[in-house]
Amino acid sequence: MDSIEAMYQENILDHYKNPRNAGKIDKASVHHHEYNPLCGDEIEMFLVIKDKKVADVKFHGRGCAISQASASMLTEEIKGKSIEDLKKLTKENILELLGISLSPVRLKCALLSLDTLKNSILIFEKYIKK
Amino acid sequence: MELNATFKMPSTKPLMDVEQIRKNFPILQRKVHNKPLVYFDNAATSQKPKQVIEAIGFYYKNYNANIHRSIHELGEEATEKYEEAHKKTADFINADSYQNIVFTKNTTESLNLLAYSLTAKLKKNDEIVVSQMEHHSNFVPWQQLAKQRGLRLKFIEIDKDGNLDKNSIKKNITKKTKIVSLTHISNVLGTINPVEKIAKIAHENGALMVVDGAQAAPHMPVDVKKLDADFYAFSGHKMLGPTGIGVLYGKKELLEEMQPFLYGGEMIREVRFDDTKFNDLPWKFEAGTMNIAEAIGLSAAIDYLNKIGMDNVQKHDRELVEYAMGQLKGIDGIKIYGPDERDAVISFNLGNIHAHDVAQVLDSEGVAIRAGHHCCMPLMSVLGVAATARASFYLYNTEKEIDVFVNALNKVNRVFA
Repeated sequence: MDSIEAMYQENILDHYKNPRNAGKIDKASVHHHEYNPLCGDEIEMFLVIKDKKVADVKFHGRGCAISQASASMLTEEIKGKSIEDLKKLTKENILELLGISLSPVRLKCALLSLDTLKNSILIFEKYIKK
Repeated sequence: MELNATFKMPSTKPLMDVEQIRKNFPILQRKVHNKPLVYFDNAATSQKPKQVIEAIGFYYKNYNANIHRSIHELGEEATEKYEEAHKKTADFINADSYQNIVFTKNTTESLNLLAYSLTAKLKKNDEIVVSQMEHHSNFVPWQQLAKQRGLRLKFIEIDKDGNLDKNSIKKNITKKTKIVSLTHISNVLGTINPVEKIAKIAHENGALMVVDGAQAAPHMPVDVKKLDADFYAFSGHKMLGPTGIGVLYGKKELLEEMQPFLYGGEMIREVRFDDTKFNDLPWKFEAGTMNIAEAIGLSAAIDYLNKIGMDNVQKHDRELVEYAMGQLKGIDGIKIYGPDERDAVISFNLGNIHAHDVAQVLDSEGVAIRAGHHCCMPLMSVLGVAATARASFYLYNTEKEIDVFVNALNKVNRVFA
């Protein structure tokens, strides 16, 4: 398998073409939009948080396959997890989900969803929770 | 220049032998992901022939010294070569003299020099006109200086084909305009702007004409007198030269009037505790120890291009882009931006596939293109896209490489089918 087929392996293309948890949630506890102006990748994430856990999550975005597949995979991963668990997520967890290694430039694509999630939680804890 | 470009004489030079030219570029021998390199990112930077690489090495090995102040053999040799680089650059764009040529680090610095120095004398609400297709380097300096000095920045719009809109040119360049700054060739659309006509309109309105020639000087004969440009800026690294050397051409009387942009050593004639007299042109704009090796490298690049002849380079590049446009039109879902008649730059998107994904798959086939906003975010917003893929050609590229590129684009479509 050459490296390009490794990067665009079936599960990544599957998540890109059929994103899980795609859409918006009208009554989300928090929603947040991140944008990478350098390449135009966009992700908006909607979280419903109950009892300090993710009761539901949806995302809406556009951009390259890596950015959108990583968002799709991440939303699957975090459903039911506690806020404290989400805070512990790292770059390595995202790469593990994707199952590939990436150049520094493409890493930014992969990590946009994690940035969106982390900033959603920051906003939730700082401005919404009380 | 051996032939004055104002005369449309048939070229007596032999046509280019691209296979011979390719042998001069060591990097073209290398493989990328086990595939021969197809380098189509020339609008970002060109590759360098061994003549340029060796000229730089030869300087460091044999006559490295600081220029102008050294009373010793090495210093004199270095000074001579550094000054000769100004002379060759002047001839390359048909300028009168080495005194019209200021070396900078790149086009961006040349344009910043102008933005700072030219706006210093303007009054509140004076107008500067650029176009919607400018690179950030011919946009942000004017925008920021306009903010600092209370000037107005106006934009010539582009039409649906990616040419400057004729009505918008007339509407925006008026008696209030003090500076028009325009790209000669768009780094995204490949549009070749009618600089000569616009310079005439600018001058009729009493405005100065600044031209960003970063994409033009490498690809076509440039005659600053015929264009009647007041200033013309370009970079060495896009025309076979090294990075770190840029050029600012200016009309002598205008450069003489202008305040220096950088102060320091070398640009002075006499310094007292209370005042300083500045050096003669062009040295008054070249403060501190300059990029000597890079200037010598640029000189070698100009020699190389002159040997081939810029008419031939232009013909080759235009033929390649025409061939590529024909081949690309057959690809599923492709959208090409910009006019049909263009220089050697093609920006495109492939269906809904993001430009980064396109570039990544092409890279796996050894094809280097660019993906992103190409330092033209305002233009991207006019085109209504976040990013495009861009292939750009130069004198060492071949039709065979375009075929490899087209096959690779079909692979992109297969991967994302």
